[in-house]
Amino acid sequence: MSTPAAATDRGAARHGGNRASSWKLPALFLLPALIIVLLFFFGPAIVTGYLSMTDLSARTLSDPSFVGFDNYEYVLGSRWTPLILRNTLFYVGVTLLFNVGMGLVLAIVISGMSDRVGNVFRLLWLLPRITSPVIYVVMWQALMARAPYGFLSQLTGQSQNWVNAYPWHSVILINGVVGASLGMLIFTAAIRSIPEDLFRAAAVDGATTWQTVRRVILPLMRWPIMFVTAYQTLSLLASFEYILLLTNGGPGFFTTEVWSLWAYKEAFQSYVGNVEFGLGAAMAAFLVVTGIVASLIYLRVFRFNDLLARPKIEVN
Amino acid sequence: MLKPRSWPLWLIFLIVVTVPILIGYVWLLLSSFNDRVHGLTPAGDWGLSNWRFLWENVGRRPSIWTVMLNTLLFAGGVSVTVVIVSAMAAYAVSRLSFPGRSWFLGLILVLHAFPAVSLLIASYYVLVVLGLFDSLLGVILVMTSFMMPLGIWLLKGFFDSLSWEMEMAALVDGASRWRIFWRIAMPLVSPGLFAVGIFTFLVAWGEFILPYTFIVSGRTWTFSIYLNSMIGDFEMADYGLLGAVGLFYMLPAVAVFFFGQRYLLTMYSGGSKG
Repeated sequence: MSTPAAATDRGAARHGGNRASSWKLPALFLLPALIIVLLFFFGPAIVTGYLSMTDLSARTLSDPSFVGFDNYEYVLGSRWTPLILRNTLFYVGVTLLFNVGMGLVLAIVISGMSDRVGNVFRLLWLLPRITSPVIYVVMWQALMARAPYGFLSQLTGQSQNWVNAYPWHSVILINGVVGASLGMLIFTAAIRSIPEDLFRAAAVDGATTWQTVRRVILPLMRWPIMFVTAYQTLSLLASFEYILLLTNGGPGFFTTEVWSLWAYKEAFQSYVGNVEFGLGAAMAAFLVVTGIVASLIYLRVFRFNDLLARPKIEVN
Repeated sequence: MLKPRSWPLWLIFLIVVTVPILIGYVWLLLSSFNDRVHGLTPAGDWGLSNWRFLWENVGRRPSIWTVMLNTLLFAGGVSVTVVIVSAMAAYAVSRLSFPGRSWFLGLILVLHAFPAVSLLIASYYVLVVLGLFDSLLGVILVMTSFMMPLGIWLLKGFFDSLSWEMEMAALVDGASRWRIFWRIAMPLVSPGLFAVGIFTFLVAWGEFILPYTFIVSGRTWTFSIYLNSMIGDFEMADYGLLGAVGLFYMLPAVAVFFFGQRYLLTMYSGGSKG
């Protein structure tokens, strides 16, 4: 864009005259992002909808036929559906409680420490997040293995595979430890932004620590807590990698299978050698719709319009 | 700032819940230098045999250095792409007025909250159609789409907080917005670019599902696939070898984390507001 032309464009855009040129510059900046959104969000969303109405599988790969809502009927009518739905709610609910609760406790307790000691604890809780899921899960699996290999078996004198003995406990703890670090970081930042005066005032008024936490810290952290809760709910709903690696939905039939893992396995893994893309897509479609509805609610709760200040600089 | 009378109890609680994590990493370290580890007790000979993957191929797997290079290309590629694409979009949203701006920002927020993994099955088809299935470029692009919404949102915050004077001066001197973006705005938000870049790098470095699902051939394997191929049956797995590969895999991430910690903390405090 040559300089004099740019200057006149700016003038025109400011008076709302020249619509086409007010698009050109933003379009240039937005183009890469828009292409990625189209290719990897809109495209797949449409493809998911389409696939979910076909019988596409490894067998019918070359010639899938349109089956309407058959896949949806199958999913809703499957005898495993109630179990998996229950599993999903249980997993998301309990892990969320652990994540947010533990994140909050960690943030509050560590904030009371000197930075030196605090950093050690923070780093230890952050390690699981920067460790690859594969190693992280192997690590737990080793500690929970049979004697003589497993530390837990050694410690308790009871030789068993603890993951198989307590599948839900393991799944929730292992996910929860990773999740707690997100809460810990965001809550720590929030606690640090609380003015020190408030704590002094509370102390002068003779507030006990519990009262300070309840009346000063928690009310001021309402937004961070809601943000982390909303964000984690959605991530947990769609995340399955730790379960895939730890129990693969077992032991036995669907013991720790959740919805997203079920969809993934239908579409990409199969014991009988026939992966069902169409069926998997129908299952994923339920997640996509849940995700969209939940994120819209989430925006409403967080008063999106307040976040949307006009740009400070309206030069084009 | 907050020292309850029950402080020692809280400290004990904190130590009790943290010890299992510590034990896990101690096990990882021990088992990589010993033939056999029972619990936390080394039961075999000390040595470097578990680290043999560094100088020879294990089984029919590709060389670890190919895997390392692929993982670096993947994580680095995602990091650079996310930073550039997000910065451009964030600048437009922060500094330019255009029809549909609030619509675009809303879309980005929904995408940030939206669990992208649920589109995995369909992304497979998109990659096949683009001819990018089983290629690093393909997984880089899908991973970029996962991380980009957060990147745009965070960088918008950084651009918003820049003062306008410098840009105004450059505009008056006749520089184009494109030039201003690269020469003036980008250097000024470099802490933000580092924060987003490092965070994205760390997430991509550890990513498992995407490479595992979309990469098949050995020459494009990343670390996650390499490790996963060694697990197979857990009771039979060679824990020593796994521990060593696992540690080796962690080293770059820990190094990047230490280097980038101060940038990351600014990102989180910025992120909590949006």
